[in-house]
Amino acid sequence: MSVLVYIDHSEGHFKKASLEALSYGAKLASQLGVTAEALLLGTVSEDLASLGAYGAVKVHQVGQESLNQLDAGRYARLVAEAVKATGATVVVIANNLCGKAVAPRLSARLKAALVAGAVALPDTSKGFVVKKNVYSGKAFAHVSLDTAIKIIALNPNAYPVSKGEGKAEVSALNVAVDPSKVTVLSTTQASGQVPLTEAEIVVSGGRGLKGPENWGMIEELAKLLGAATACSRPVADAHWRPHNEHVGQTGIAIAPNLYIAIGISGAIQHLAGVNRSKVIVVINKDPEAPFFKAADYGIAGDAFEVVPKMIEAVKKLKGMA
Amino acid sequence: MKILICISKTPDTTAKIAFTNNNTKFAAEGVQWIINPYDEWYALVRAIELKEKDPSTVLHLVTVGGADTEPIIRKALALGGDEAIRVNLDSSDSFSVAAQIAEIARQGYYDLVFTGKETIDYNGSSIGGMVAELLDLPYISLATHFELNGTKATVVREIEGGEETDEVLLPVVVSCQKGMAEQRIPNMKGIMGARTKPLKVVEPVAITPLTSVVAFELPPAKAGVKMVSPDDPAELIRLLHEEAKVF
Ligand SMILES: Cc1cc2nc3c(=O)[nH]c(=O)nc-3n(C[C@H](O)[C@H](O)[C@H](O)COP(=O)(O)OP(=O)(O)OC[C@H]3O[C@@H](n4cnc5c(N)ncnc54)[C@H](O)[C@@H]3O)c2cc1C
Repeated sequence: MSVLVYIDHSEGHFKKASLEALSYGAKLASQLGVTAEALLLGTVSEDLASLGAYGAVKVHQVGQESLNQLDAGRYARLVAEAVKATGATVVVIANNLCGKAVAPRLSARLKAALVAGAVALPDTSKGFVVKKNVYSGKAFAHVSLDTAIKIIALNPNAYPVSKGEGKAEVSALNVAVDPSKVTVLSTTQASGQVPLTEAEIVVSGGRGLKGPENWGMIEELAKLLGAATACSRPVADAHWRPHNEHVGQTGIAIAPNLYIAIGISGAIQHLAGVNRSKVIVVINKDPEAPFFKAADYGIAGDAFEVVPKMIEAVKKLKGMA
Repeated sequence: MKILICISKTPDTTAKIAFTNNNTKFAAEGVQWIINPYDEWYALVRAIELKEKDPSTVLHLVTVGGADTEPIIRKALALGGDEAIRVNLDSSDSFSVAAQIAEIARQGYYDLVFTGKETIDYNGSSIGGMVAELLDLPYISLATHFELNGTKATVVREIEGGEETDEVLLPVVVSCQKGMAEQRIPNMKGIMGARTKPLKVVEPVAITPLTSVVAFELPPAKAGVKMVSPDDPAELIRLLHEEAKVF
């Protein structure tokens, strides 16, 4: 018996969301009195044994290069094989782009209950009940997983990474890998950027910034803070910023430690994508802007005056000025 | 070309979220219902565009839900689509819903199954993947562009920090998000026509649910905002550093 944690990776590195999933899986394993094991499909440049520091006792790898490309069907088959090989009763996977593709297939394949978007450890006092996000961050549901094998897709930034000491035992999982049904023609990736869903700090701009030419200060503040940039829907619709920066009910839902909203009114559909942020800062020249009701800190002022001063203050704090 | 589009009913994006029956039931009173935006704006509209290009294309809408989902299905038919199927099952278990859709898809021999990327109420992102697995078809999740070329489809999907262009043989299941198409408003002709389009009701196949919702919970209210003077943004940075400790 074990808790099997799926490790997602890109550009040779473990995804942070997967290290969170592993920390979560290790904690759950100790709660259940079993061990945590990790599974990695494809190849990475990092040392697999180092996953031991996050609580994995064993790491299983299917090390074919071709597996570095996501094919949900193929991945689900391989994870199912690993579940069989390890006798896992719980599978933990990050609810990121990869998890969203793979977890539901795995659930249907194994007829195993899936909770997608978990935000806390299971309550095992009466069955196996996991808290998940519903209504776009406006509520939680406690979902009972009613099958012998359970799948938990953990929301990014919902559980902290906990790193200790230790090396995991690494072994190759001997399974047949069938050819992919999906041919990748091309990929475009802005490398070196912090992915929005994994970012701990997000600096976001709205229509109050007047035009794309004014994003320089947003990018500068973000860069100083090691943050990702985001925007409101009308900003993406007007092509001031790329669509993959659009957060909200119909965009990406994020839960960073700090969300700085600049020139965004705080419409309910926008809040739906950001209300799980731990700390929300709002900069808006209208003191009546609805966003202040959802904020922890606020400045009612003109962004074009306030943000440059924030940049200065951060530089000072970081000893750069 | 035969396309099956999955349509779900969700509360309006501005609906007040509250629960009754000891926090076990969504308080539906007074709530406006809409077509789940991802199903409507992206999946359905893209399918309609494909039919506009090739009028021989057949569009079937499927929803899994009680009779109360029919107004939503009619609204979807007003945008486009030839006929709709409602599977008469009210379930909060994604697998139960997916299994019904897979059954309809199996009987209908569709070349394409479109879903939205997620519903805005359950936020499961699960139906497409489950349907694909049950049908043993490839699944492209979170697609932002979709083109047909003969027996193949070219699909752009979101990957972490970028995009990937894939080619896949039909049939395929695709979950759709922003970029696929632009929102449309139904016209009068569409609304009138939708009334007479066939809406078939079928009984569900027997499926054992894998999950059940035990209770709902609302997040705790915010403590209130701490305002900083616009003349002193440095104070904000100090508070974020020393009090909130976020950097
Ligand atoms: C079904 C549906 C789904 C939607 N989904 C989303 C979604 O996912 N994400 C999303 O963001 N929106 C979404 N919307 C749109 C949403 O309702 C709002 O229209 C949108 O969020 C407003 O964007 P904004 O705050 O940038 O612009 P505005 O509402 O125009 O607000 C601009 C703000 O900037 C302030 N401002 C102006 N000048 C300055 C200045 N110099 N300095 C400081 N502040 C200034 C103004 O006071 C104002 O508060 C959706 C709407 C619908 C109907």
